[in-house]
Amino acid sequence: MSIWEFANPVRFMRFSGKLLPYFSVSAALLIVTGLIWGFFFTPEADQFGSTVKIIYIHVPTAMLAINAWVMMFVASLIWLIRRHHVSALAAKAAAPIGAVMTVVAILTGAIWGQPMWGTYWAWDPRLTSFLVLFIFYLGYMALWTAIEEEDKAADLTSVLAMVGTVFAVLSRYAVNFWNQGLHQGASLSLDKEEHVADVYYLPLLVAIGGFVLLFIALLLLRTRTEIRNRRIRALQAREAR
Amino acid sequence: MWPELGKYGATVINAYIVTIVATGLLTWLSLRSARKSKETLEKLEARRNG
Amino acid sequence: MSPTLALLARELRLSLRSGGGAGLGLAFFLIVVLLVPFGVGPVPSLLAQIAPGTLWVAALLATLLSLDRLFQADFEDGTLDILTLSPMPLEGLVAIKAFAHWLTTGLPLIVAAPVLALTLNLPDPAFFWLVTSLAAGTPALNFLGAIGASLTVGIRRGGLLLSLLVLPLYIPTLIFGASAVSAAADGADPMPAFLLLAGITLFTLALTPFAAAAALRMHMR
Repeated sequence: MSIWEFANPVRFMRFSGKLLPYFSVSAALLIVTGLIWGFFFTPEADQFGSTVKIIYIHVPTAMLAINAWVMMFVASLIWLIRRHHVSALAAKAAAPIGAVMTVVAILTGAIWGQPMWGTYWAWDPRLTSFLVLFIFYLGYMALWTAIEEEDKAADLTSVLAMVGTVFAVLSRYAVNFWNQGLHQGASLSLDKEEHVADVYYLPLLVAIGGFVLLFIALLLLRTRTEIRNRRIRALQAREAR
Repeated sequence: MWPELGKYGATVINAYIVTIVATGLLTWLSLRSARKSKETLEKLEARRNG
Repeated sequence: MSPTLALLARELRLSLRSGGGAGLGLAFFLIVVLLVPFGVGPVPSLLAQIAPGTLWVAALLATLLSLDRLFQADFEDGTLDILTLSPMPLEGLVAIKAFAHWLTTGLPLIVAAPVLALTLNLPDPAFFWLVTSLAAGTPALNFLGAIGASLTVGIRRGGLLLSLLVLPLYIPTLIFGASAVSAAADGADPMPAFLLLAGITLFTLALTPFAAAAALRMHMR
């Protein structure tokens, strides 16, 4: 039994249908636990006051924003090389989730930034690269909807995912140069993970686990919808004939 | 029970509201389209087989 | 005449004749740069400060404007199918078309930029670097544009989509290009930014023909 067995849509539907309830329930459990633990039962931090509680939503969503794109990249690569339709549809299904996560990460960061930095928005390298990532998500989704032929859309969006990955990474480091090059000594560092104490670390881990499970559950659900929609179109085309 | 959020209370609450609304909306839309496509497909299959 | 030169000559002839739109990008560049002082006010020191970025952004938008014609006309009338059947690899064909596009849209921008920089009160030492950085950076804009143009070639009203796909790809080029010019304007060393800009351009020239050719093949399959 190899992983490529799931490239068969029928087998994927059967298997994902069985898995989906487990992922959904555990995602809900972990998110509720992590957020309640974080929101109600963790102390304030000296430097950040109660805003430290935003870490439990900001960090998981930001991680997913990036990793959803990585997953789309891998799925697109699999489609280009092995031409498994489920893979292409999974990439399509992941894009809206990644886009929403990017928006949430940016918004929670902005809400946090207002009292902490005195501004909603700064052209900090991390903030800027998330904005760029969001635009890549928008372009990717727009290209999917613009092309009617399904296989062609899968092909072209895969090329975009490849090119987009290269340039998203390139922009991330180019932005570093630009900010330090023009505004010397801007020191709005977001490296909170590195000095997080255990009281915050454990609920954060639970929340991250919950959001990852939520991503998987939504991904399975949306991929199933895409597979069904394709089947619907095929049947309708047959009836119309 | 309710934690003391201090002067940053609105900030924290807003961030949580934004997150819950956005992920909730995403989940709801995903569920809705899943249900719709499932119903349509079942109808089509039934018509084809029946 | 070798096939490469023949294709290049054909592209140039087509874009220089009426309807090719070669002059349009230049006019657009002119208008965008001239609009900026109306927007931000006629303060010379302020204009001098924003001149490098303004010129680079305007050059980028002007390049974007003519991109949708890069493959569209040839795709619609079937020329692209014929060209694909020729012994020349599609990657080479894409590179030649993008290069011809740069000759007709990028090169005029480089020539016009110093003149427009005068109106924005760009500091003297930056003029050389403005021209140099545009010369080094605009080919990347055209070649990256070829990716967007090849992705959207068969799509009706693909122009807006093309902008959405291509503009984020322009960010590294824009950052390093404008940084080189502003460094020169501030009396700093423009070399680091310029070398990175040249590196991005070489990277783009080497890789984009493959991506664009792959996308075109998918359209014609």
